[in-house]
Amino acid sequence: MHKGRGLEKTGVLMAALILVSTFLLPFIVVKPNRILEGQGQMLIDALPSVSSIALAAALVIVGLCLLLRLPASARLAIVTAALLAVILALGSAANAGLPPGNSYARVSPGSGFWLLLFALSLAFIDVIAKLKLSPTVRLMLLLIAIVAVGGIFASGILADISVMKEYANRADAFWAEMSRHAMLALGSMLVAFLIGLPLGVVCHRVSWLRAAALNMLNILQTIPSIALFGLLILPLGWMAAHIPGAAAIGISGIGTAPAFVALVLYSLLPVVANTVAGLENVPREANDAARGAGMTDLQRLFSIEFPLTFPSLLAAIRIVLIQNIGMATIAALIGGGGMGVFVFQGLGQSAMDLVLLGALPTVAMSFVAAIVLDALVDFSKAPGSEVRPA
Amino acid sequence: MSLVRLAPRIILLLLVVGFLASPESFDFVFRPLVQANAPAIYNQGDLAALTLLHVRMVFIATLFATIIAVALAILVTRPFGAEFLPLARTVVNIGQTFPPVAVLALAVPAMGFGNGPTLVALFLYALLPIFENTMTALTTVPPNITDAAKGNGMTPIQIFRQIELPLSLPMIVGGIKISTVIGFGTATIGSTVAAKTLGEVIIAGLQSNNLAFILQGALLVAALAILVFDLLSMAERSLMKWKAA
Repeated sequence: MHKGRGLEKTGVLMAALILVSTFLLPFIVVKPNRILEGQGQMLIDALPSVSSIALAAALVIVGLCLLLRLPASARLAIVTAALLAVILALGSAANAGLPPGNSYARVSPGSGFWLLLFALSLAFIDVIAKLKLSPTVRLMLLLIAIVAVGGIFASGILADISVMKEYANRADAFWAEMSRHAMLALGSMLVAFLIGLPLGVVCHRVSWLRAAALNMLNILQTIPSIALFGLLILPLGWMAAHIPGAAAIGISGIGTAPAFVALVLYSLLPVVANTVAGLENVPREANDAARGAGMTDLQRLFSIEFPLTFPSLLAAIRIVLIQNIGMATIAALIGGGGMGVFVFQGLGQSAMDLVLLGALPTVAMSFVAAIVLDALVDFSKAPGSEVRPA
Repeated sequence: MSLVRLAPRIILLLLVVGFLASPESFDFVFRPLVQANAPAIYNQGDLAALTLLHVRMVFIATLFATIIAVALAILVTRPFGAEFLPLARTVVNIGQTFPPVAVLALAVPAMGFGNGPTLVALFLYALLPIFENTMTALTTVPPNITDAAKGNGMTPIQIFRQIELPLSLPMIVGGIKISTVIGFGTATIGSTVAAKTLGEVIIAGLQSNNLAFILQGALLVAALAILVFDLLSMAERSLMKWKAA
């Protein structure tokens, strides 16, 4: 390979995407109201002429820069600047595109904007992957990104975008459903660990139980989520009606309870499987040494086996959390709340901006969870942080 | 494979076929789950037809995903596409964090309601495991084998066709297996955007508070996923044996 010579091949792909989305696809879509189809506008037409030409020219230059083998830090700076410029342009295009005095009209981001965002994010991810950053730096970057995104939303630059108008109409409900979504995903994970960890330890020590338990949990995973949510309505409804105190602690046939239980059930497989796998990977010598030193089974479990199983458990947390954040969206179908409320309301009203209001934060939550947990997994693997049995 | 291990699967297959051929004969199983005058067997469409549509949807999406994912994985593991490998890894990693409902919902503005968004979502979700497995398989072919082949004067294309691809096949099938099982579940969610799948049966049950409908949809989807999983596991195992031979 000729390093430092020729064109950056990944850059060719990104530059092509940037050119296509800048010149061939609508940057914004202007709609007469929140439901009707709209009219697409190219980037060139969407902004006042001077700034639109400047932005288009800048994007062409960004595309050309991506073709060159520039140092990673320069690429990072260029791509970050381009991302910010495109987002700011979307805000002002929305402001310019709204007919004055018409409170029904909406401006949505068009396919050109989304593709541009995708291409630039791809370039961003490419640089980050090539920089091989330490987990600490990755977490810092994530924090900066969250603050920046929060700042953009708080500044009101994007207030004229249709999604933000949907948000403005239901800001309270948005945050309530958001925290309900997070509680569903995190709470069910916690319960799954409370059940799954002991179950995993027992499965590790009793081999006939291991096959049976993992088989059952595997089959459970094949039951479609919307069905499992529905199937739990009956037993939980029965519990609420017949077990004293059950209804008082919030157990009922519909709503959050069946969604919560379903999420716990789906989470059990990764937790149990990873606990068993982690315990199996504990070196025999470590256990033998502990036994030789006179440790009891329980002491050995807590001071030798659990610490050594930690990376495997973190991996389980990553799987479960991302799975749960996604599946909690479906809870809305049975009245369980969460961001799915907006997705399904939007689908029902054919109001796609409302769908976006539910779907985009869900995607963002998954991203943040993945980045944080990947960093934690790297921490737990880093040399020096490893727990070495004496 | 011994008959004892195969027997439960054959019974499951016979049950599925029997139920689809004549759902009414199973009325007594589901009757206790519903109120006195509610239907115990799904009556808003043909269960067998929905099952076939469900399987067809998963099959088409997985087939296209296999073609594209394997082609892409081959590309990024050749010298020409090597620069794309780290990017491809990261994209796959991030792609897997996208929630299925979000993908479905986001595809609706572009494609409208119906089968389209579900096919796209199924396709995208199927891509990732197949791509990941193929890429891993191709990058972990023992170098001494390919070096020996090179020494024997084999061309890169010959090495690929006669050594790398056959050695990678079991893992590729493993990826297809994961994708298919995920696909059966995701196709169900597709019914929330009006795709014609078994999810219709479940959603009808949720809407009319009919537990029998929900159970019928759930059991059919689960049974199909288990049967296909076993079938592909068998293929995987025989490919492993063939590879070892």
